[in-house]
Amino acid sequence: MSVVRQRIFRNAYRDSVELMRIASEIERLPGVDRAGLVMATPANLAILIEAGLAEGLDPGAGPNDLVVAVAADADAAQHAMERAAELMRSVAAEAPGAEDRVAAATIAEGVSELSEPNLALISTPGTYASAEALKALKRGMHVFLFSDNVPIEDEVELKALGLRKGLLVMGPDCGTAILDGVPLGFANAVRRGNVGLIGASGTGLQQVTCLLDALGAGVSQAIGVGGRDLHQEVGGAMMLAALDRLVADPGTAVVVLISKPPAPEVATRILDAAARAPKPVVINFLGGDPDAIRSAGSHPAATFEEAALLAARLAGIDAALPAEGAAGDSASAAAEGLVPGQTSIVGLFSGGSLAGEAKVVLGGMDAGLGPHTIIDLGDDEYTVGRPHPMIDPRLRSEKIEAVGADPTAAVILLDIVLGYASHPDPAGALIPALAAARAAKAKAGRGLAVVASVCGTEADPQGLTRQRATLADAGVLVATSNARAAQLAGEIARRASLVEVPR
Amino acid sequence: MAVGASDLLGGVRAINIGLAGFAEPIAAAGGAVLNLDWRPPAGADRELGLILARLEDDPDDPIGAVVAEGNRQALERILGAGPVLVGVEPAGSVIPGLAGRTLLHSGPPIAWERMCGPMRGAIIGAILFEGWAVDPAAAEKMADSGDMAFDSCHHHGAVGPMAGIVSPSMPVVVVENGAGGNRAFATLNEGLGKVLRFGAYDESVLARLRWFRDEFGPVLGRTLAATGPLDLKSITAQALQMGDEGHNRNVAATSLLVRSLAPALVRVAPGQAEAVLDFLRGNDHFFLNLSMAACKATLDAAHGIRGSTVVTAMSRNGVEFGVRLSGTGDTWFTAPVGVPDGLYFPGYGPDDANPDLGDSAITETCGIGGFAMAAAPAIVRFVGGTASDALNFTREMYRITLERNPAFALPPLGFAGTPTGIDARRVVESGVQPVINTGIAHKLPGVGQIGAGIARAPLDCFADALRGLAAELGVPGAA
Repeated sequence: MSVVRQRIFRNAYRDSVELMRIASEIERLPGVDRAGLVMATPANLAILIEAGLAEGLDPGAGPNDLVVAVAADADAAQHAMERAAELMRSVAAEAPGAEDRVAAATIAEGVSELSEPNLALISTPGTYASAEALKALKRGMHVFLFSDNVPIEDEVELKALGLRKGLLVMGPDCGTAILDGVPLGFANAVRRGNVGLIGASGTGLQQVTCLLDALGAGVSQAIGVGGRDLHQEVGGAMMLAALDRLVADPGTAVVVLISKPPAPEVATRILDAAARAPKPVVINFLGGDPDAIRSAGSHPAATFEEAALLAARLAGIDAALPAEGAAGDSASAAAEGLVPGQTSIVGLFSGGSLAGEAKVVLGGMDAGLGPHTIIDLGDDEYTVGRPHPMIDPRLRSEKIEAVGADPTAAVILLDIVLGYASHPDPAGALIPALAAARAAKAKAGRGLAVVASVCGTEADPQGLTRQRATLADAGVLVATSNARAAQLAGEIARRASLVEVPR
Repeated sequence: MAVGASDLLGGVRAINIGLAGFAEPIAAAGGAVLNLDWRPPAGADRELGLILARLEDDPDDPIGAVVAEGNRQALERILGAGPVLVGVEPAGSVIPGLAGRTLLHSGPPIAWERMCGPMRGAIIGAILFEGWAVDPAAAEKMADSGDMAFDSCHHHGAVGPMAGIVSPSMPVVVVENGAGGNRAFATLNEGLGKVLRFGAYDESVLARLRWFRDEFGPVLGRTLAATGPLDLKSITAQALQMGDEGHNRNVAATSLLVRSLAPALVRVAPGQAEAVLDFLRGNDHFFLNLSMAACKATLDAAHGIRGSTVVTAMSRNGVEFGVRLSGTGDTWFTAPVGVPDGLYFPGYGPDDANPDLGDSAITETCGIGGFAMAAAPAIVRFVGGTASDALNFTREMYRITLERNPAFALPPLGFAGTPTGIDARRVVESGVQPVINTGIAHKLPGVGQIGAGIARAPLDCFADALRGLAAELGVPGAA
């Protein structure tokens, strides 16, 4: 049973050719007898009457109004109307040929090319990063903010906005994250599993995820929050928000929190939240007080290695890290080449958290240890106007060579960080400088011990085994973890100091 | 993906801004990622970039919500406008506030002392035409004396090409936005050669103005009374499919107009029809002024909406380029205006050119003219361009506009609508300057048009306009 229906679009001019084309398409729809799309001029209305499409038409339709009229089955009529409106919209929105498309340059343009984006990775110069982050948050995207040199008041504002919108603001100065198995920034290829991590330290997160991988455990999510998140001003805003997410995440069984010791009030807030969490929480506040963590019901870990071991065990994997041989033997052997006066450790790090951990480990060794210098070459003072040392080995090579001329230096301590976005051969890149430093030392009749750890996995583009072998072939003592490397360097230095004991 | 793994984001769909290398691992891990061709926005001005970010749409934020809603309304009014030509009347009888010895001029307001040559010439001509002075020297003295008033056309719902001088006795087209809607006005186009709008004021110019006043205007008025209101939007829509862009090429629209008027014209004014039709035959640009009035009526409807970043006027007075935003009311934001890039008639060159002039950029503001260049590839030949350059001008303008006007379809772009609703935020963020098709005037009064070409709107006025809007909305850091 055919009915006649019209719909009027007020003040909606369309070219008649276009309207006829749409009408012919509507007429091809099942259940539609006739369709007419016209501007309601007197002449066109006469045509509609002639076609039997004007029955019941609103007499108020004028020349500026577009009339869609169909004769169709009752069900089909409604569908035809909707289809006509859709076709009119789609013609106006028709995109220019893809081959002529200009590359999207702004977030506003980007969202029209990548539909429903849920994350913005921002690594622009810090000066511009806040504005980009603000725009991304306003559009409902989580933000991974790699940029550094972002004012702390901007961070406070961005994180407050993120909290209001239920979005994560990872950073500023956030080096790494793994979300839904997708690596962001400097991240390693680790297997997925049920340990969820939140870290205010980039290489700390990388170290723990890599060691979990080595233990046979896996990562559900690794959420970086930026180095200042647990400062007083920011208040741990994102660590708390991320903790809520991991608590709610059915794929996460164990949570690991990593940070330098937070501001006291912030620590209290974090420990309270961890205590409320119905999942075991391992906390590594590097160099912080383990008793406070323990009494809050969480599991303190003094080092990244310990954090990984604890988390793996809580996740049901009771494995040990592969041993690299008796540290004592290696230390003795390495110390043998040293001469009196060679007592100090020079740590040249690309990872800030790894440098921090080395300081904590060495600081924890007994007082007999000689002086040591631990430098984070990724710190702002070294990266102005040049790439990060995880990408560009030149600055570290220069520093290594300089050690060759330092008569007191006994041990060089290094971190080699693998993963996406890192240098394609970070170990190999340092070998020439190490050889030069050794040669200079030898010329002066001195030895030089080199200790390193490789933070990475077999699945990383650089390959863990290959990188370790490169170092071992060059006479570098390779430890399984950064903490062990620091420990070993300390042992060597201690033995070297003993050489100096009055004869 | 391991069994039991759950998704935080339901799959990563990322926009990568900055280091391009971060995109590859995301794609390799199965995430969707788009690399932006990013550069520091807003001319690398951090503070302006932040203001811009704070003005972005956001339904949850008091400022972002006002802007989003303001722009939604502005756009609805622009797209919903229906400008119709309802009459031709003496300017003084229809334009509000055009009383006594007042002359209107193009562009943002400017004092006599600062006016460029063509505008001064046109003012002398208008004073002579009105009979307020007996010779050019006396006219100049009067203009200089403060015994008369000047104001911007835009302040009176009017628009004028080039010098844009409107005096009370000149006939103007009256355009209404739908029945009973807001009105806009423009003078009748004089054609090329020695004409008032380029600053000429010799006897031939004044004689033509008198003929406009005494015969042409009244005849057009009577003709329109006979035909009834004429739908200008529909003429423009058709002309865009016939090689016009509604600013510098109006031959199709003029022809369509003449075709609509001719029968009634012959009927109501048989004695004058031949002269009127002959004048129209010789003036390919006659529709320009109607196009401008239609655009003005359309944009005025969208003007004055709180929070809206939509540009409602771009105009030049030969010294300054000015813009107004819907959300900043009647304030002009100005910057020095340059000389267009273009082709010159034999014997002339850039040294002879006056900086860009006229209200005709109202067409681009409304999404036609330079924005509809795809419809009129002939225009790009003024700057040595190709047909594909014409398409690219329009494509570029999509980057700074909020919508595609379904009423104005562009056949060469698959019938996509014209780029409509210039968003000052997009202009400032991307640095894409609105493109304007324009005629080039000689810098001396009376010489006339010496070329045509393409100009770009200066970015500074858009930046200032956004700062102004941000201050009004209480955006932090925009005081």
